[in-house]
Amino acid sequence: MTSEKVDYDALIPNNVGLADDPKLQRALEEWHPGYIDWWMSMGPDGFQMADVYLRTAISVENEGWAKFDFVKMPDYRWGILLAPAVEGRTIPCGAHVGEPVWQEVPGEYRAMLRRLIVIQGDTEPASVEQQRFLGATAPSLYDMRNLFQVNVEEGRHLWAMVYLLQKYFGRDGREEAHELLRRQSGSEERPRMLGAFNEETPDWLSFFMFTYFTDRDGKMQLEALAQSGFDPLSRTCRFMLAEEAHHMFVGYTGVRRVVQATVEAMVAAGVDDPFDLEAVRALGVIDLPTIQRKTNLHFSLTLDLFGSEESTNAANFFNAGIKGRYHENRLEDDHQLTGEVYPVSKLVDGVLVTVEVPALNALNARLRDDFIDDCRGGVARWNRVIAEAGIDFEIRLPHPAFNRKIGEFSGIEVSPDSELLTQADWDIRRDEWLPTPADRTHIESLMRPEFRPGEFAGWIAPPSKGIKGQPEDFLYVKLP
Amino acid sequence: MIDFQTHPDLYRHWRLRFEGRVAFLDMDVDPGAALNGDYELKRNSYDLGVDIELADAVARLRFEHPEVGAVVIGSLKERVFCAGANIGMLAGAPHPLKVNFCKFTNETRNAIEDATANSGQRYLAAINGTAAGGGYELALATDHIMLIDDGSASVSLPEVPLLGVLPGTGGLTRLVDKRFVRRDRADVFCTIEEGVKGKRALDWRLVDELISRSGFAQDVASRAAEVAAGSDRPDDVPGVSLTPLQRTITGDRLDYSAVHVTIDRSRQVAEIVVRGPAEEVPADPGAAVDEGSDWWGLRAARELDDAILHLRVNELEIGAWTIRTEGSIEAVLVHDRFLHENLDHWFVREVALLWRRVLKRLDMTSRSLMALIEPGSCFAGVLAELALVADRGYMFEGVRPGSDQMAELALTVSSDGLMQMSNGLSRVATRFWGDDEGRIAAEATIGSRLDAAGAMAAGLVTDVFDDIDWDDELRIIIEERVSFSPDGLTGMEANLRFPGPETLETKIFGRLTAWQNWVFQRPNASGETGALRRYGTGLRPEFDKRRV
Repeated sequence: MTSEKVDYDALIPNNVGLADDPKLQRALEEWHPGYIDWWMSMGPDGFQMADVYLRTAISVENEGWAKFDFVKMPDYRWGILLAPAVEGRTIPCGAHVGEPVWQEVPGEYRAMLRRLIVIQGDTEPASVEQQRFLGATAPSLYDMRNLFQVNVEEGRHLWAMVYLLQKYFGRDGREEAHELLRRQSGSEERPRMLGAFNEETPDWLSFFMFTYFTDRDGKMQLEALAQSGFDPLSRTCRFMLAEEAHHMFVGYTGVRRVVQATVEAMVAAGVDDPFDLEAVRALGVIDLPTIQRKTNLHFSLTLDLFGSEESTNAANFFNAGIKGRYHENRLEDDHQLTGEVYPVSKLVDGVLVTVEVPALNALNARLRDDFIDDCRGGVARWNRVIAEAGIDFEIRLPHPAFNRKIGEFSGIEVSPDSELLTQADWDIRRDEWLPTPADRTHIESLMRPEFRPGEFAGWIAPPSKGIKGQPEDFLYVKLP
Repeated sequence: MIDFQTHPDLYRHWRLRFEGRVAFLDMDVDPGAALNGDYELKRNSYDLGVDIELADAVARLRFEHPEVGAVVIGSLKERVFCAGANIGMLAGAPHPLKVNFCKFTNETRNAIEDATANSGQRYLAAINGTAAGGGYELALATDHIMLIDDGSASVSLPEVPLLGVLPGTGGLTRLVDKRFVRRDRADVFCTIEEGVKGKRALDWRLVDELISRSGFAQDVASRAAEVAAGSDRPDDVPGVSLTPLQRTITGDRLDYSAVHVTIDRSRQVAEIVVRGPAEEVPADPGAAVDEGSDWWGLRAARELDDAILHLRVNELEIGAWTIRTEGSIEAVLVHDRFLHENLDHWFVREVALLWRRVLKRLDMTSRSLMALIEPGSCFAGVLAELALVADRGYMFEGVRPGSDQMAELALTVSSDGLMQMSNGLSRVATRFWGDDEGRIAAEATIGSRLDAAGAMAAGLVTDVFDDIDWDDELRIIIEERVSFSPDGLTGMEANLRFPGPETLETKIFGRLTAWQNWVFQRPNASGETGALRRYGTGLRPEFDKRRV
């Protein structure tokens, strides 16, 4: 423990009065060495001493939330920043709707809230762990910098959840904060809590898919938690959403640039059949069917993160007022849903049908549907790139029942078009829809580092503009 | 508000008279003096008001009458001993009042048995006529039941055949566990509405003695005098008058001299503070008698007892009680030692036994109890038992800013059997039931003063929090607690508080009254066409015949 006076505000950018909060200081002092150990051992492998052109949030004001400078990642100033309080904010949903928001944890909902925060917190370091080896195969310094930006911000999001646990949940909260550092993505003994966060991110296309789809689940969860009646959680999540937008930008533009490189190469070589894998792959790019299969995989894994379509937990969270719906404050109903219904697709007598279920129990399904809508925009823009190149191919989102391990569809197999399959049919056709070993081998063969400023690997197009208006040959990462 | 304080001058239902070393406590219920509600207390039937007077009399006989070695419970009504709990009252009472009434009645009956067993003040029952239901249960609480043999007087437990409920104030349990009535005979007895009289009552061990009508009063008196002669109580010393409690009850406060209660209605919490003694310990037991009701040892116990009863009955929605103490730990230890060293003195013994009953009353209280051991508290000796009564104990670790005072917990021999629970064990032995190593380690701390780490290591507190965490953790723990179902908590706490062996008392509270409270809730008893409601209307009750 530190004996001399520490300038907390300088060390840790915050707007939570850290310098005057001995309880929080003590908790952070106990937690921080473990965090740094975790970052050094589980964070980006091989680049801890590099100077990276990173954005740091030092305050929540317009001029403060995005300061760009070169920094070594272990020296990154992870901070604790909450969106400004909204005057007179009231609990937006559930049994307490309209009452003033809670500034302290209501004891009644302590266990529920802690669980929600721990689950959210567990995803943040998980993705850093999943992505830790990607730096070595970065297709450009620009992409490498984006990866590290995403990583340090996931680290900061971990801090944000740890702040809530330490500030509001006493000893239990402190213990949970330590546990967040002890679980590890993919570990046999102490895996991360949610399945998708124990999957590998073995290559850059996976990284872009992950940041497009899975980080978008993160966005939806944060949106729902931003509607919490527990105001510190709401404010924390609102600020995190500003950063999360960048992660999805990395995912959206990443896939788009991969698609662009592929169709440009096809056009240049006069290959117009997207399914002629041999011809396309020979061009040193990733063929569109493989991109479709990666889409199918990441989309379906991410849907599992929403949990069971019908959920008592979700109903309890909503009714307690601690987790709202997407854009709860813009919805026009009674915000209690006691008599409402919501359509959910279900398997009844071997047929997929839409059934109306009590809306309160269908909140996971609803958030998942909002997520699917939110995914469509980027996919449409990827398709525009393909169409503009004159190639006959369309990337499509599979049916929500496809390849599911959790919820209503976990026991069945369907095609991306929702055709019900026997297990035998699925086994035969699976490789049409999900990445195959051959796909992976091809992708891996392309994962060769390109560390020269302004240069890009052949399988990915350069971005349309640089970070913070920097020129194309900007040295985003100064390797030691 | 229901008040548990009364005085013989105010009794409406009981008469006390003394003959040498024998006290006659005669029931003469005023039919028009029901506690609340429009029922008539006919035939010596009783309600909570009648029982409050009985409890007062039992307490006063112990403290104010050291010379009394035997107490005869009798009746001034012709051919009626007692008809039991008033059915109109039971039929009309809301469930919480029924439960509280039965609990208090049971505690009073246990106090009668406690006097017989531990105070040298033995109780006898003189049944001059009908003793039905609660009337016979009252007799069952005495040590010797005398029944008039006039061909018509009977004892009965007609609850099941007549009312569809149970003899719930100890009746069923005392038949088989105290009087050792054979279980099949007990079964027959409990289903005969008119009861059993004369020789069969004696043969079946339902009574101890039959007395003819002509010699009844005389024989009862001489039997009582014989019993009194065997008492170890002194017959030549003055008693200690139980003077009115100093008590102020305002909206959210309950203030006595050594006990203070603040009710936080929005949080549903009662904060109870017990203050340790400020005065010197009495020089000897005689000096303690001179201090009488003012002596801290007696005063604090009586005040705490009254506060418990008040909160139980009058503050139903205050679901969590925090228990704190304030004062000098040394002073409590000195008083505690005085208690132990003078247990052979009748008055000191009474005070120790009163503490034991008060602590048992807390054990039996259907509220979440949280002991908060902070700097400046005096959880020592008998007050340390308050920490062990609680469902959870939290202790302050370290010091508060600007102070060097630490919280301490100090067990004494009070915790080593003197303050035994209804299961016959000390609270330490109960706490470590099945864990001899833990029990021995905890008992090894008796006589020493433990800081938070020591108390935690000895397993005597649930958790310790320092200055930074204390307020927040406790706020959340209590908020969470009161958010749970009150029924779930009551059931959970009642089950977790009493590990270890069963006794008459634990069976009465854990089995008999739990079943009774279930029966009370069922339509077969309390529904519109249930037996309690139909009683006295001439209509037959209608039962849902499914056995569950």
